[in-house]
Amino acid sequence: MKQAVHDRGAWPTDAPIDRTEHELADWEVLTDALVHSLAGEGLMNVDELRRGIESMPPDAYERASYYERWLYSIETILAEKGVLAPGELDARLET
Amino acid sequence: MSEHGHDHPHEPIAGDDGPAAARARALEELLVEKDVVQREDVRRNVDWLVSRSPADGARLVARAWVDPVFRDRLLQDARAAALDLGLDPGPSPVVVAVENTEQVHYMVVCTLCSCYPRALLGPPPAWYKSLPYRSRAVSDPRGVLEEFGVELGEGVELRVLDSTADIRYLVIPRRPEGTADLGEEELAALITRDSMIGVAEPVAPASATA
Amino acid sequence: MTFRVGDRVRVADRVHEGHHRTPGYVKGRSGWIERVHGSFTNPETRAYGSDGLPERVLYQVVFDLEAARTYVDVFEHWLEAER
Repeated sequence: MKQAVHDRGAWPTDAPIDRTEHELADWEVLTDALVHSLAGEGLMNVDELRRGIESMPPDAYERASYYERWLYSIETILAEKGVLAPGELDARLET
Repeated sequence: MSEHGHDHPHEPIAGDDGPAAARARALEELLVEKDVVQREDVRRNVDWLVSRSPADGARLVARAWVDPVFRDRLLQDARAAALDLGLDPGPSPVVVAVENTEQVHYMVVCTLCSCYPRALLGPPPAWYKSLPYRSRAVSDPRGVLEEFGVELGEGVELRVLDSTADIRYLVIPRRPEGTADLGEEELAALITRDSMIGVAEPVAPASATA
Repeated sequence: MTFRVGDRVRVADRVHEGHHRTPGYVKGRSGWIERVHGSFTNPETRAYGSDGLPERVLYQVVFDLEAARTYVDVFEHWLEAER
């Protein structure tokens, strides 16, 4: 049975584990905090966060950093709920 | 200012000057403007996150090492034990502590994402969230421990815990030799984040001979 | 189905396209109940905006995998009794 891309247990790999310590960047802490705030408002629960992450196309999932996946999920879930209009965030970034 | 040429390999730019950072900041602005979230609430959550470190987990373990009754309490109900010490066990409904012994060594992973007792240990290390760890902790845990420099004794049973649902796991590592004279605070200083995940042993006391 | 500590169980070997928390590496495998964690909301429905009720019982199931004894938290509706 083919496993979904996020279902990594026993995924074939010999890759070594990069043990470099990475302090979270401010934007990563911010992204985490946003999810908590959205949860507090009843707009996004942890299961939706995970489901949003899992909905990423497989190669995008593998290339993305951990919090890039969270950002993708927030946008996906909020767009689904009509909290964000399609392209609204992109438009904001262009201004 | 760093330069990123077009032939830059496709690695995500984690710094605060990259595209993801701009996106996160723009998202916050948008959500605050639309009154979807309150800026103060976001700040509070940021503050809570940065306040988390392995220190609270180490306090729990140190107390368990010196007090057998507390150790039993911790094994029975880690959330309640944390509250007993005035610690914040976090929003996770259930934290379960497991104990390494002469016979058994536990190692924790979340193969599906990155579930981790963050309130007690701080944010998970990057390697814990990495694809190779999530895969090999299950398929090659002994190899992973070797990479981390842990050699399990002869006949020690290795147990891997995959946090797939609402439970967060905390490992009580074994108390090092030569620590009988140390107080709780000194003991806590030996207890590392990685020892509470199960990929390291606590630090040996400074006075210990090889 | 309700299980007790020590019961032998088998994880369903079924395809579930949506969000679920049963990892592929235990699907179809047999193990036994090590802990009864209690009841929790169902992530499979909560992930799609439902309240996740009724709660489902979550079990810690142990598998004797070749690499190591491996403990996985699995919801009751993924487990079948095994003799």
